[in-house]
Amino acid sequence: MQPVNLVIAGVGGQGNVVASEILATALAASGYRVSVGETFGASQRGGSVMSHVRGARGETPGPLIPKGLVDIVLGFEPLETLRVTAEYGRETTRVVVNPRPVYPLAVQTGEATYPDPRELIETLGTLAAELTVVEATELAREAGDVRAQNLAMVGALVGTGWLPVQPDAVVRILGERFADEVLRLNREAFRLGLDAVRQRV
Amino acid sequence: MSLHALSTDAPGEVVILSGNEAIARGGLEAGLGYAAAYPGSPSSEVLGSLAPLARDGGFYAEWSTNEKVAIEGAAAASFAGVRAMTVMKADGLNVALDPLTSLAYSGTKGGLVVVVCDDPGAHSSTKEEDTRYLARACHLPLLEPATVEEAKEMTRWAFDLSEAVGLPVFLRSVTRIAHARGSVVLGALRPPPRTARYDLKDRFITLSVFHQVLHQRIAQARARFEQAPFNRCEGPADASRLVIASGPSFTYAREAVRLLGAGDEVRVLKLGTTWPLPEDLLGAQLRGARQVLFLEEIEPFLETEVKSYWAQHAAALGPMTFLGKASGHVAGSGDPGVGELTPEIALRAVGALAGREVALRSEAFARKVEQVKLGELAPRALAFCPGCPHRASFWAIKAALELDGRQGVVLGDIGCYTLGAMQTGYFTLKTVHAMGSGVGLASGFGKLDLLGFTQPVVAVIGDSTFYHAVVPALVNARYNDSPVLVVVLDNATTAMTGHQPHPGTGRHAMGDLAPALPIEAIARGLGLPTEVQDPLQVDETVESVYRLLRTDGAKLLILRSPCVLLPSVKRLRRAAVDTTRCIGEACGCGRFCNRAFSCPALVWDRALERARVDEVLCSGCGVCIDLCPREAIAFQELA
Repeated sequence: MQPVNLVIAGVGGQGNVVASEILATALAASGYRVSVGETFGASQRGGSVMSHVRGARGETPGPLIPKGLVDIVLGFEPLETLRVTAEYGRETTRVVVNPRPVYPLAVQTGEATYPDPRELIETLGTLAAELTVVEATELAREAGDVRAQNLAMVGALVGTGWLPVQPDAVVRILGERFADEVLRLNREAFRLGLDAVRQRV
Repeated sequence: MSLHALSTDAPGEVVILSGNEAIARGGLEAGLGYAAAYPGSPSSEVLGSLAPLARDGGFYAEWSTNEKVAIEGAAAASFAGVRAMTVMKADGLNVALDPLTSLAYSGTKGGLVVVVCDDPGAHSSTKEEDTRYLARACHLPLLEPATVEEAKEMTRWAFDLSEAVGLPVFLRSVTRIAHARGSVVLGALRPPPRTARYDLKDRFITLSVFHQVLHQRIAQARARFEQAPFNRCEGPADASRLVIASGPSFTYAREAVRLLGAGDEVRVLKLGTTWPLPEDLLGAQLRGARQVLFLEEIEPFLETEVKSYWAQHAAALGPMTFLGKASGHVAGSGDPGVGELTPEIALRAVGALAGREVALRSEAFARKVEQVKLGELAPRALAFCPGCPHRASFWAIKAALELDGRQGVVLGDIGCYTLGAMQTGYFTLKTVHAMGSGVGLASGFGKLDLLGFTQPVVAVIGDSTFYHAVVPALVNARYNDSPVLVVVLDNATTAMTGHQPHPGTGRHAMGDLAPALPIEAIARGLGLPTEVQDPLQVDETVESVYRLLRTDGAKLLILRSPCVLLPSVKRLRRAAVDTTRCIGEACGCGRFCNRAFSCPALVWDRALERARVDEVLCSGCGVCIDLCPREAIAFQELA
């Protein structure tokens, strides 16, 4: 089996770290040696954040994916998804994206312009070998809290079948990681994401 | 955090740990008895993962007031024969350096491991420091893990080394270890023995006569490094092209060799014991090499050390070319010693060494990427979180200084509030240095009246910073009667590094309650006039700052409102724009809430041409409600 190289792209505060931890644990459950490289700290405060999730048979891969070797981009924010796909992707890169913008400070202050959301997704479509758009924030709202969009996105990715990860494994891992209301919320968001994509396939 | 994976006693089991958790686990497998740290990214999660396990594990864990006290506490444990660990970021090492250089002379007893996490690329730091230079300056041995798994093994080994040579041992981690995750094979847990005791025959004295002893101890460490399991060479033994790599750069080097298909031409020497260098091993590996490439973070440390070794043995080793950051062959994002060493940099450098190239993506894809015009996409600057009380505080300070009109100067330091120097904090901070430096600087500015200085000075600090480094500067300002206003942005936690407790919170690292040491009690004890104000009440805050600016002597204003990311802070309501009252560009406010106040939750609805509150982001602080000139924003209760 080929190594798996996945990047999760988003904005600080969107739940990248939890998503990467769950996907890495699920890859390990499928028999991979895994490695995750991420940035948090200052970058949590509204900056661009990126998690590199890698799985390989045999020796554990390094924490960062070389540009041009990314198989899948899981994008929590469209502008960041475009940035990362263009920078790290290649012709075979497949993309799952939440189309809901989070506006950068420079856009608020009027120094920069946010691209037209529809054109943004179209551009992303020209780069991606396959593109799946998931209204994950809406699915998370349905699950009970908009902040659970990260788990809706994890569900959507697992639903595409692009990653060697079983839905049951993720449900179990969520049970080990969370409890009570947060567990219920995250499992529901995961299920809604999973179903939303599976219905299309 | 995977606390279960961290504390499970199942030798041989493979679990996924972060680098920081792996270091903690290494301690647990080594019989750690005492752990003390001051939080600092990317190091914070080492103690953060040890603390919840301490009580059941029979060891002590502490968030110390600063790194100096942390290392002194750990040294006490060592003197009592207990294995101890202290953890800090590179900046923290500067604070701990005075006792640490002394400990090198006095020696230690129980294993003492000093974990320092450097931050190449300064992802969550204000500067890039390379701890290896300070290990050399301290004369203390240093280990550099290349992977998360090795971080655990090295930590365990470091305790044995420390006891064998009687010195503290550095473990130098970096962001791509600390904040990486990886598969780790667990070893057996080892509970600490309950035999702590100071043997009165022992003496730990810092005196210059021990300088020579220190050199002997370093020679012993060097001898052990020759046999350490962390140095190894991959590739054909007779290859004249040699890569010497340390830290995560080794994994990039290995992948680069594979991607380039250069495995038959290039050898990779992985060094895990980087100061003092294992010279016999190095000499053996250099023999036959003609071109040597160095992949390391941050500065060209190995490059310089190896070149120095070669100069001493040039006759035996023959001519050699050295390629690295110092020679200009391996650059970071600009100059040598700047930025992270990425897989791309490693690929280019190893490619140049091997005379090979590899394209990872097709030309057709590259052409499509060109059309995206990456450089023109809106950049994403750091910003205070929606509802962050610091935004309100900086707004009020700036407004009060404008009212005052004497060109007041605001001085800062390190924390979330460093962003006060950027757009999100209205460029209010004019200086940023070490923790507490703003108060020391303010104390100095305040005494320049003799030299014609007439501007008021304000020092902005955080609550955790107050305890860490501010008290001596406050004593200085108060005793020398410097007319400074110190503003404490008290958000009830150490926010930037992930909500660690501090002496004002009434909570210890191990979770038990403790009588808090309120900032105002300490300040009043020093005889400083002290006021407390809620910064989310903007008008009142502006009034307080303005009034205090116009009083004599040193004084303290506490702007107290909890960090909105604290789990205890519940969202009960949010702001909403009344689109019948907001009249958009016609208002004349120039999109004030959006462009001037710039909370990330205040967005501009292009279709409606009105301000809109992003309900995902809004935390309901209500500051924009007070600031909107048309009173067009109101609270909306959440169900």
